[in-house]
Amino acid sequence: MVAYIIRRILYVIPIALGVSVIIFGLVHIAPGDPLNAVVPPDAPKETVELLIKAYGFDKPLPVQYLIWLGKALEGDFGISYATGRTVSDAIASGVVNTLILAVGGIFIGTIMGCLIGALAGYFQGSWIDKLATGFAIAGVSVPHYWLGLVLVIIFSVELNVLPAMGMGPGGSTSWTWDSEHLKHLILPVITLSVIPIGIITRSVRATIAEILTMEFIQTLEAKGLRKGHIFTHVAKNAAPTVLAVSGLQVGYLLGGSILVETVFSWPGTGFLLNDAIFRRDIPLLQGVILVLAMFFVILNLIVDIAQSVIDPRMNRS
Amino acid sequence: MSETILEVQKLKKYFPIKGGILNQTTAEVQAVDVIDFVVARGETLGIVGESGCGKSTTARLLMQLIKHDDGEIIFDGYAVGKSGGITTREMRKRMQMVFQDSYSSLNPRLPVESSIAFGPIVHGVNKSAAQKKARDLLIKVGLNPELFSRRYPHELSGGQRQRVNIARALALEPEVLILDEAVSALDKSVEAQVLNLLMDLKAEFKLTFIFISHDLNVVHYISDRVLVMYLGRVVEIGDVSAVYNYPKHPYTRALISAMPSMDPKKRTEAVPLVGDPPNPISPPSGCRFRTRCPFSEDICAIKEPILIHTDLKKRQSSACHMGDPDSGHSRTNLNGLPK
Amino acid sequence: MSTLSTNSSKNLDAGQIITDSPSYWSSVRSNLKNDPVTIAFALILLSLLLSAIFADLLAPLDPYKTNMLKRLKPIGTEGFLLGADELGRDMLTRLIYGGRLSLLMGISPVVAALLIGGLLGLTAGFVGGKVNMSIMRVMDVFYAFPSVLLAIAISGALGAGIFNAIISLTIVFIPPIARVTESVTTQIRALDYVEAARASGAKSLTIIRVHIISNVAGPVFVYSTSLISVSIILSSGLSFLGLGTEPPQPEWGLMLNTLRQSIYVNPWVAALPGVMIFLTSLSFNMMSDGIRSAMDIKL
Ligand SMILES: Nc1ncnc2c1ncn2[C@@H]1O[C@H](COP(=O)(O)OP(=O)(O)O)[C@@H](O)[C@H]1O
Ligand SMILES: [Mg+2]
Repeated sequence: MVAYIIRRILYVIPIALGVSVIIFGLVHIAPGDPLNAVVPPDAPKETVELLIKAYGFDKPLPVQYLIWLGKALEGDFGISYATGRTVSDAIASGVVNTLILAVGGIFIGTIMGCLIGALAGYFQGSWIDKLATGFAIAGVSVPHYWLGLVLVIIFSVELNVLPAMGMGPGGSTSWTWDSEHLKHLILPVITLSVIPIGIITRSVRATIAEILTMEFIQTLEAKGLRKGHIFTHVAKNAAPTVLAVSGLQVGYLLGGSILVETVFSWPGTGFLLNDAIFRRDIPLLQGVILVLAMFFVILNLIVDIAQSVIDPRMNRS
Repeated sequence: MSETILEVQKLKKYFPIKGGILNQTTAEVQAVDVIDFVVARGETLGIVGESGCGKSTTARLLMQLIKHDDGEIIFDGYAVGKSGGITTREMRKRMQMVFQDSYSSLNPRLPVESSIAFGPIVHGVNKSAAQKKARDLLIKVGLNPELFSRRYPHELSGGQRQRVNIARALALEPEVLILDEAVSALDKSVEAQVLNLLMDLKAEFKLTFIFISHDLNVVHYISDRVLVMYLGRVVEIGDVSAVYNYPKHPYTRALISAMPSMDPKKRTEAVPLVGDPPNPISPPSGCRFRTRCPFSEDICAIKEPILIHTDLKKRQSSACHMGDPDSGHSRTNLNGLPK
Repeated sequence: MSTLSTNSSKNLDAGQIITDSPSYWSSVRSNLKNDPVTIAFALILLSLLLSAIFADLLAPLDPYKTNMLKRLKPIGTEGFLLGADELGRDMLTRLIYGGRLSLLMGISPVVAALLIGGLLGLTAGFVGGKVNMSIMRVMDVFYAFPSVLLAIAISGALGAGIFNAIISLTIVFIPPIARVTESVTTQIRALDYVEAARASGAKSLTIIRVHIISNVAGPVFVYSTSLISVSIILSSGLSFLGLGTEPPQPEWGLMLNTLRQSIYVNPWVAALPGVMIFLTSLSFNMMSDGIRSAMDIKL
């Protein structure tokens, strides 16, 4: 297992490098001169020359990549020419705000998913099961940006009980624990939790149903153990799957929140990306994507390792 | 036509085991560790040994389904895959194989007729002729083509599927048929039927069999000669009657004494095998059997006993120091062993 | 040997009582026939497809005809069954026409990815060894991105446009399809019937054609139909972000985006395009599930 963990950690290096190559390549798949992607068209001549030097646009591609990578590793993603702020500043606050949504979404998603999935798995074949399964499949099929919109229509437009936009009063861009901020959090978090609810419900249901047919549970039942004890056993056995699925979902939410943030004008990375796309601000695009992708890579690593620790029987090659 | 159809020289196959931090090769399974034997035209050579001793690997090497690390396969006097010899493809047309698992050896998406016709079509026979041939072969293996040719594997019983597999192997009109545990998964009564079918087919098509099994009774029943493997090596080879009645190698003796349905009068007092064979990744030095051999001495750990000769003329030979008067083992007269 | 029976081996086996032998596909067909839910969703999908194809015949009005007097009319307005959008265009008409681009942008990336990813996965799985390593490690790198993020990254760099959106989504779906194809191929390649085919002297391409593809196609196809569901959501999502189609083209994601500005005026009209996206994605998911269980495939 230790060898597996070390190997798994080492494996992050080539993956991370590969990810960085793809992100570096974004400048080059952008139409037109890559220089145009990083310099505003109306920039003064001296600035352009300075930037050519800084990015090494006069050097061969691999050298450009190394220069870019070196800077990125120091947290220097360049200057967003749209806002004039350094990209890393913008990203730092955005990432925190996105994480708030993602963690909130996964929190609700895991609790609800386990609950519904356990019920469905326990009462397999009943109407509860059918309802839960239908709900789960709807959850993974729903365009969440539309769901967000529907929630806004219901709770903000029609009922006028929850705010439709932003993170807090007065265009707040940093989190504080007060009722206003919490109110703003409700709709986007519910929106984001729907996909994890669907996925976690499905996998918990399958896991529970499988475990319940396993011999040791039937032995426990035969021994006349109380339902509560059996539940503990089942929970213990289902935990690794739930952990893995939830862990990975956090990563997908980091990506998925982009669209939801757009719906709710939430000042996170999605909002930044939207900005970057709208203004064709490639350094900002690269920076945000790099940070989010690295989060996802690390998360995958943590999930894999945690799983191998919790459940060493699992067969890994 | 020479008397020898197949000759195996110093055949070796080690499987690398990946592991460690960089997933590098950390060890090797010595699945087949330098074996020699010959197969006479028209005979049945049985290959026996405990599970994991390298029987299937030997079969797959013979078919060139896996590449050997070392050694040579000579088919009908021609080195396989060598210049001046014959190509693997030519050899495969003349030597075919039946696998143990009757289900996984048939494509579930093809009706059995198509599975049988596949080989001939590959070798240029046109489709309708190949289909006719498939139907003829179904009759030969005892399945009515009217009923069976369009069926899918999941609609057949294990015995029926194995008959189809035999038909498929015969479709290329091979001279040699390798049967790797071909009847081992079948019920006893079906096993007997299929064995009899094999004997009939052998006579009808003048086949040579290499019959692999861990079941000594079956091998006794069907073979002319028998080859005993232990941990990737040949420990004894010879005529069935000689090897079964006068086993020279202590391993063969142990195997035979453990045979369930033998005549009780014939039972030897040799200690039956206990425990599992050692790990083929790090086999014992010298004689590989010494860790389970009641007659093991110092010399057995130092010196590796060699199989004296594999010549067809020799009725029996074994790789044991006790059979070699100059080996330095204290009991060199094997025949004097307690029987 | 006494323990072995010496009955004539040419006796026909007992299995001959079964005269009618259903093939695999006919059992799949009968499984599907007994699954009304799957059939219902298949019919929904079919009608969505047909109405997109025959939009010219079905739609009551011209999808591009603006009418400032009818701007943002609610659902049920006379002559505008599902209301009108921010430029007074008939919603029903635009929803019907919208299916064309939305379905095209949702389905074509998966088809393209099926061809490319399938080929990569098949090659990796069949050849194995170093070839497998190099192909699958590159796939792993793409897999390291959450799919939405990768789609937005590539689309964002390439710029808006239908073609760019299709390219970026194709790139998104190649790695998962390659992975599934590779794992199924690797499993099948190790089976004895493939060994037997090799032993009969068949060339690799023949083996792939006759023995591998027929067994890999089912699971990969089923998996791909479930990806179409994701693809519909993502492609409309790209349009929603302004990265897909451009106005005034009717496309569900883009319609959702432009109508979003008007939710305080006419909220429920704004929600309509999303209903279409949801329905399409749900239908693909349900159908994929139904086919999967009918084909008895475990992924
Ligand atoms: N592809 C392979 N990779 C690694 N080890 C293998 C492989 N095939 C067989 N082996 C190992 O080689 C040894 C011999 O196996 P095999 O020839 O299948 O034995 P038998 O058929 O006599 O039971 C076993 O230890 C087995 O685990
Ligand atoms: Mg074997």
